[in-house]
Amino acid sequence: MSSSTATQPYVPKTRVGKVTDYVDSRVGGSTIVKEFGRKIFPDHWTFMFGEVALYTFVILLLSGTFLTFFYDPSMAETTYEGSYLPLRGVEMSVAYASSLDISFDIRGGLFMRQVHHWSALLFVAAVAVHMLRVFFTGAFRKPREFNWVIGCTLLILSLAAGFTGYSLPDDLLSGNGLRIIDGVMKAIPVVGTYLSFFLFGGEFPGTAIIGRLYVLHILLVPAVILLMIGLHLFLVVLHKHSQFPGPGRTNTNVVGYPVGPVYAAKAGGFFFIVFGILAAIAAAFTINPIWNYGPYDPSPVSAGTQPDWYIGWVDGALRLMPGTIGNFDFEFMIPFPWGTNALPLNVLIPALVPAIILFTLMFAWPWIEAWVTKDTREHHLLNRPRNAPTRTAIGVAGVTFYCVMWAAASSDLIATHFMVSLNDVTYWLRVLVILGPILAFMVSRRISLALQRKDREVALHGRETGRIVRLPHGEFIEVHEPVDDYKLYTLTSFESPLPELPTPGRNGKVSRLDKVHGRVSRFFFEDRVAPVTPKELAASHGDHHEEVAGAKDREAISSR
Amino acid sequence: MKALSQRRRHPLAAVVLLLMALLATGGIYAAASTANEAQAQTTAFTADDVDEGSKLFAANCASCHGMGATGSDAAPSLVGVGAASVDFQVGTGRMPMQMDGPQAQVKPVQFDDEEIRQMAAYVASLGAGPAIPSDEILDPAEGDTSAGGELFRVNCAMCHNAAAAGGALTRGKYAPSLEGTSEKHIYEAMVTGPQNMPVFSDANITPEDKQDIIAFLKTIEEQGSPGGADLGSLGPVSEGLFIWVAGLGVIIAFTVWLTSRSS
Repeated sequence: MSSSTATQPYVPKTRVGKVTDYVDSRVGGSTIVKEFGRKIFPDHWTFMFGEVALYTFVILLLSGTFLTFFYDPSMAETTYEGSYLPLRGVEMSVAYASSLDISFDIRGGLFMRQVHHWSALLFVAAVAVHMLRVFFTGAFRKPREFNWVIGCTLLILSLAAGFTGYSLPDDLLSGNGLRIIDGVMKAIPVVGTYLSFFLFGGEFPGTAIIGRLYVLHILLVPAVILLMIGLHLFLVVLHKHSQFPGPGRTNTNVVGYPVGPVYAAKAGGFFFIVFGILAAIAAAFTINPIWNYGPYDPSPVSAGTQPDWYIGWVDGALRLMPGTIGNFDFEFMIPFPWGTNALPLNVLIPALVPAIILFTLMFAWPWIEAWVTKDTREHHLLNRPRNAPTRTAIGVAGVTFYCVMWAAASSDLIATHFMVSLNDVTYWLRVLVILGPILAFMVSRRISLALQRKDREVALHGRETGRIVRLPHGEFIEVHEPVDDYKLYTLTSFESPLPELPTPGRNGKVSRLDKVHGRVSRFFFEDRVAPVTPKELAASHGDHHEEVAGAKDREAISSR
Repeated sequence: MKALSQRRRHPLAAVVLLLMALLATGGIYAAASTANEAQAQTTAFTADDVDEGSKLFAANCASCHGMGATGSDAAPSLVGVGAASVDFQVGTGRMPMQMDGPQAQVKPVQFDDEEIRQMAAYVASLGAGPAIPSDEILDPAEGDTSAGGELFRVNCAMCHNAAAAGGALTRGKYAPSLEGTSEKHIYEAMVTGPQNMPVFSDANITPEDKQDIIAFLKTIEEQGSPGGADLGSLGPVSEGLFIWVAGLGVIIAFTVWLTSRSS
């Protein structure tokens, strides 16, 4: 305290300085800048997908606000009198008519609609890729488990935002999507019909649903997303960003650039790059041409009716599910005291089971893995995916499961574009949805281990140069070039846990849970490639240099 | 009558008579063709056409459809399919069939218009069936585009896609894209139900309604895509593919560029 009274208080001299000081002494901006501006963020291209998601969300807010100025979520009947000729005089809802007006009669409206829709597709894609990066590099480990859960919630919220928005134009395509939602709801025994009546305000489609979805789409869902993004970023700052292992990068430091000024400038520029890319796409490529689909009418369903990509996998699961197998029709009649209720498993299984499997595993994964590894340390250094072979393989299996269902959602287009039978596409995908993940697991684990082995080879014996040298006595050798120390560090500094055997407890017995843990631990870590030890490295180096040097000598001799 | 007979040698009498004769034939023709509608050309075939058509049929079609077009194990009988059927199948290149398969594929047309007309005449002579439509009923300018759009969405879009881009049917069959299909062939397809398409008879969709549908199809074909490149008009699948491949691809290129100079 005494030293601070001794220093002169800061007196600004210029006018700008005075204004800045006035604001700063009341807002405390300089402390924020000092703290946050010096925050270090490591650089890697895979770290930028979260940023892409954030930016697309901002673009969604901006373009969405524009759309709300002109959109009318009413399901009242009207006759279209706008400027799109093939629909003039057609009866439709006000919601659809106002969406057409945005597209054809409001200056810049179609562009904004397309910016909004393309951004939505990119938003969910960026969220998904960001999550895959976090998963495969192990960035969800302690202390980031809760942030992973927030991220999972954000994914579900972005699906909700996407789906509610997709339905708003009240065109034929989105109406058919709502019809499927209605069908799935009604398939839930006992409460299904009540849920559907509650959501639609009566029998499908009713006159309430568009207004309700609109409120969810522009108020509730984005507000919760914004809240979650706030929490998410707060935790990122709190935990500091994780980094890939490398020389000088440890579990207790972060190597990279500070936020201010370089990183902030780069990130700000990147926002405009993303905006520019989306604007260019929206200007040149049409998306959701609602004028093609026509107003919603429960009777027609046109070919090529699919949801947007992020809901596609559920649609695909519904397409893959057989209605009956032989005489078994998956439908059960349950006698309740108040009457018989149907349990249509051929709807409920595809609509709910894959989602339950994927989302449960996704939310619980940090704790599942922590239980397997029994690892309670903090991790700020990322894994290279190959160095966690079983996790990588499980991730690839999950991606495969998802992608097969995703492909099934476009089974009709696969059939027409590759000139194959739609039925055969369905049969093959039914096989693949079961076998695909298993095969993908085995193959990707083998590939991970093989890559580890290659790393080991490179660390011990150097890079293959492709230069073949003939020795005087006729032997051919390939010259290996030792890698530099930086590369060597990256190749050798990783952990490869050993399987943990179950050990007897105090009473001398092995508990059942321990046995299970032992088995799972073996499954995870039995197949492993040991990291190179310093001793091995030293031994190989001596060998190596001698060999290369000798080869050069002999080469020189032989070329004479 | 006296006034008329007095002027019968008037210099302009010939001109007046000619005009009256033209008006009468034109009027009768117009009345006949609207009364007959689609049947207009059936009567226009001559015996020569049938004769030539019969020869062409024997040389090019009979190996599958049988002599006398009564059909075989490989192909159906053509008795009663009408001239419209021949004009569509041969005129779009579907017949003669390129190869056996779930359905006949479009390929370059093998015959000239005259030959197609002659074969149509021959098949039409075998039994009554849908005739080649007249030009008036095909004129898209006379149709109601938005009424056609509604009819199209209710009757056609479930197979042909809302933007007429085509779609899949079961076991390798498909509804083709309608882009570039002529008005005449669209009409003939509706009345004859080629391949796996159902027949939309005049009782089901009246000729005027068919004209509306043609007007709708020609309008959306000519107007192009108002929002930019249409990515095949295939709906959300091509949009999703585009954003994942092109959109995310460009984004990744930029992320790599932005982080290339660091550490």
